[in-house]
Amino acid sequence: MMLINCPHCGPRAQSEFIYERTVDSVPPAGVSNDKAMQTLFTRGNPRGVDEEIWRHTFGCRAWMVVTRHRVTNGISHVRAVGPEALP
Amino acid sequence: MNRYSAFGLLRGALNGQKHWQPAWRDPEPKAHYDIIIIGGGGHGLATAYYLAKVHGLRNIAVLEKGWIGGGNTGRNTTIVRSNYRLKPLHDLFEFGLKLWHNLSDELNYNVMFSPRGAMFLGHSDADMVKLAERGDAMRCDGIDADLMTRDEVAKLEPLLDMSRNARFPIEGGLIQRRGGTARHDAVAWGYARGADSFGVDIIQKCEVNGFIRDGDAVVGVETTRGRIGAGRVGICVAGHSGHVAGLAGLKLPIESQTLQAMVTEGVKPMINSVIMSQSLHCYISQSDKGGIVFGGDPDNWPSYAQRGHPMVMEGAIAQGLALVPALSRLRMVRTWSGVTDMSFDGSPIIGETPVRNLYLNGGWCYGGFKATPASGWTYAHTLATGSPHALNAPFSLERFMTGATIDETGTGPMPNSR
Repeated sequence: MMLINCPHCGPRAQSEFIYERTVDSVPPAGVSNDKAMQTLFTRGNPRGVDEEIWRHTFGCRAWMVVTRHRVTNGISHVRAVGPEALP
Repeated sequence: MNRYSAFGLLRGALNGQKHWQPAWRDPEPKAHYDIIIIGGGGHGLATAYYLAKVHGLRNIAVLEKGWIGGGNTGRNTTIVRSNYRLKPLHDLFEFGLKLWHNLSDELNYNVMFSPRGAMFLGHSDADMVKLAERGDAMRCDGIDADLMTRDEVAKLEPLLDMSRNARFPIEGGLIQRRGGTARHDAVAWGYARGADSFGVDIIQKCEVNGFIRDGDAVVGVETTRGRIGAGRVGICVAGHSGHVAGLAGLKLPIESQTLQAMVTEGVKPMINSVIMSQSLHCYISQSDKGGIVFGGDPDNWPSYAQRGHPMVMEGAIAQGLALVPALSRLRMVRTWSGVTDMSFDGSPIIGETPVRNLYLNGGWCYGGFKATPASGWTYAHTLATGSPHALNAPFSLERFMTGATIDETGTGPMPNSR
C-alpha cells in the first residue's frame, strides 16, 4: 500500500484514496471536438513518472494531483487542486 | 520437428530417453525479416505460428525482451470461455474457443485444455435476469449457455455456501459447458515449437527500444541486439502496449494496470468447474495439480510494477471465502501479478495504426489468455494481408474516434471503473 501525503490531512493510507484519471486526460474548456476526443480517449501511459488525479474519498474528500512513478510506486509530489488551492 | 507420441516415448525408454531435442532453436537475429512481431507471449507466438501455417510466410521473427511466455501468458488464471454479451466479442471469442478444442492435436503439444464448464453465479433476481439475457444473446449467436437453478448450482459445486443467510446468497447461475481451463505455459511453448518448426526465428532477451522510420513508414526496429529491418512490424506486448507504441510517437486508448492472482497448496479435487461472480468480480478454479487459483479485480490505478497491493488481494480472497467457506483452511502458497492493458471500452484492439507498416494487437484488459488462438489467427491475417480479418475488423483502433466502441459494461473511457 502506498502512503499518500494529503495536502490537507497529512500522510494517509492509500486505501482512503480513489484514483480518478491522469492530468493530461482532462480536456481544457473550449477546445475543438477532435482535440477533446483525443484527450479523453488516449493516455501517455508512460512506464515512468506521470501526474495523476486522486481523491481523498474516505478522508477530506478533496481532489489532488499526485506525481507518481508507475514502476516503483514512488510519490515525488502531491499538490492540492480546486478552490482550496487558489491563493 | 520430431512429433511427440506415446510410441516415441516408449522407443525413448529403450535408450534412456536420449532422443529429446530442444523444442525450439535459439537463433541470432538476421538483418531483415518480412514480418517482425514484438512480444513473445502466447498471442505473439500464435501470430507467428498462423502466419507460417495459414499464410505460408517463413521469414518471420518474434522478438521477446525476456523469455517467451514470461509475461501475462504465465500470469493469468488460465480461464477459457466465450460467454460475452455483444456480437463482435461472441464472434471473436467463440472462434477462439473452437480452436482451443483442437489445439493440443493441432500443435502436437498437450495444452491440457479441460472443458469443465465456466459458471457465472447469480446473487439476486436482478443478477438472474442479467444472466438470462446474456445466455439468450449467446444462444442467438450459436454459443452454448444454460441457465441453472439454485439446486443445479449446488449439485455442481457442493462446497458453495448455499445457505439463505450467506454473505453472498446464490440464486442460480449461467454455465458455458464448453468453457474451462488450460495449461498456460504449454500454450506458449506449443505455439513456439510449432512456429519454430516452420522456420520462424524466436529471439529472446531482445528488447525493442526504438523504431526505424522512413518517412511515415516503419522499416525496422532498434533492439538491444542491434538494428533489424522489417517489412511489417506487429506490436503484441499486452501491458506494455503504451510504452512500445510511445516509441513510435503514438498515444493509445490504453492504461496499464496491475492484475493479481494467487494459488493455494494442492488439495484433492474440490472445485469442479470455473466459478465466477461478475457481481463480485471473483473467480475460482482448481488447477490440475490441485491448487485453488483465485483472481479478482485489477488494482484500479495505473501501474507497470508487476506486483500488486495486499488490500486488493484481501478483497478477492474475502469474496472467495464467503462463496466457498471450506477454502479458509488452505494455505496460500504463491501470489503474483501482471501488467494488463486496460482499453477504454473493455475490448481489444487488433489492426492498423496511423503509422504505415506498424500494427497493434493489445488492449486485452484482464481477458487475453482465452483469446490466444483467435488473437493469433486474426492478427496473422492482418499482418499477412495488410487488412483486417472479418473477425477483427470491428476491433480497429479507429473505433474510438468514430464512436463505434464495443463497450460490454457501458463504462465509457474510464478503465479504472471497469
